[in-house]
Amino acid sequence: MKIELEVNGAAVSAEVTPRMTLADCLRHELHLTGTHVGCEHGVCGACTVIVNGDAVRGCLMLAVQAQGAKVTTVEGLSLEEGLTPLQQAFKHHHALQCGFCTPGMLTTLHALLTDEPEASEERIRDVISGNICRCTGYVPIIEAAMDARASYQQSRGDK
Amino acid sequence: MKLPHFDYQAPASLDEAVALLVAGDGGARPLAGGQSFVPIMAFRLAEPSMLVDLRKIPGLDQIEIGDEGVRIGAMVRWRDLLDDARLASALPLLPAAIDHVAHYQIRNRGTVGGSLAHADPAAEMPTIALTCDAVIDVIGSKGKRSIPAADLFTGPLMTSLDSDEIITSVLLPAWPASRRWGFQEFSRRRGDFALAGIAVFYDEDASGVVANAHIGAISVGDTPLRLSKAEAALNGRKIDEATLAEVAAVASGEVDPNGDIHASARYRKALVGTLLSRALSAAANRKA
Repeated sequence: MKIELEVNGAAVSAEVTPRMTLADCLRHELHLTGTHVGCEHGVCGACTVIVNGDAVRGCLMLAVQAQGAKVTTVEGLSLEEGLTPLQQAFKHHHALQCGFCTPGMLTTLHALLTDEPEASEERIRDVISGNICRCTGYVPIIEAAMDARASYQQSRGDK
Repeated sequence: MKLPHFDYQAPASLDEAVALLVAGDGGARPLAGGQSFVPIMAFRLAEPSMLVDLRKIPGLDQIEIGDEGVRIGAMVRWRDLLDDARLASALPLLPAAIDHVAHYQIRNRGTVGGSLAHADPAAEMPTIALTCDAVIDVIGSKGKRSIPAADLFTGPLMTSLDSDEIITSVLLPAWPASRRWGFQEFSRRRGDFALAGIAVFYDEDASGVVANAHIGAISVGDTPLRLSKAEAALNGRKIDEATLAEVAAVASGEVDPNGDIHASARYRKALVGTLLSRALSAAANRKA
């Protein structure tokens, strides 16, 4: 089946079978390999992408269900001129080591902080409880997210 | 692993969806949010010939609050319930329970109808429906019918739905403002499946005597459970230390859970008593 959607601001189309997940479509058909596939059954959070503003598990959504949707992947978060404030905070706080979970962490936190730039540490911990990281022990990730809140508060203020 | 092969349709009306399910002759399955059904396909616990996606069918995503209670459309997501400020007074037990459903990303796609049809005894919504005497409205090739929650859940991941029936909404009966309630759940990590959970509500007279006790238990049986012996033990009593201890013991003795790698049967039985005691304590101490 042919699907048409918007990915990171660009209109794209792909030929997919019904059983193909959105995560596999992004990686194999659209060659956006920033989205990682870990458990393939909705537990690890590595495949998190943003669909119509909501963070979702890319492995639990079929590509055919994304017909007409606006999808943002980790590639779509980056700026022409370099890292976003959230990415910069990850670098500063050593919030990644192997990097496998990082795309899911960034997309999840970007969706959260866009919606809730005042999110408390408790709220951030609750939200990333669905994203597994085996390297960092999570503490640096929380610190990075707390640090990045200021830029989301700023950009909300600018609108 | 990767999903099995299946055909896919996204009809624009319930009639078309039912026709597709009939044509599928038992092999076609409705798809709501897919947050449970996609994993069970990945595990090959289900290999449907066709998925009938309900996402284009209008009118299934409404939350209506009226005299008869709270009617929730089948495609309402957990996120929608948590965002609806009216529920804190209209049916406070519901958002308290839904707060425990899965993780952030899942709550953005998972649906009320999907959870009821999936009938996982470890999930919150089936037990809330059972505890609240909810009625589930469905449509199928033989027309519409309303199924009391007590008649819907027949076994682990099994319901009394026919293969061509689709849940359209669930009605949770009206909730008096003075009603007392508690919800407690224990899991190893917040958002993971419950090792055990308790939903409770009751009404009380001016002197604090309990009536109309409803107690539901999560994850300690093949289906969501009502603890009728504990309900009987609670009715007619006032909430005090002696009542809490006695009712908790009755509840703990009333369930017969299986043990698994996450928790032994004995531990789950003990949890039921502890969680019920905490839930009743919270119910009694909450400022009206």
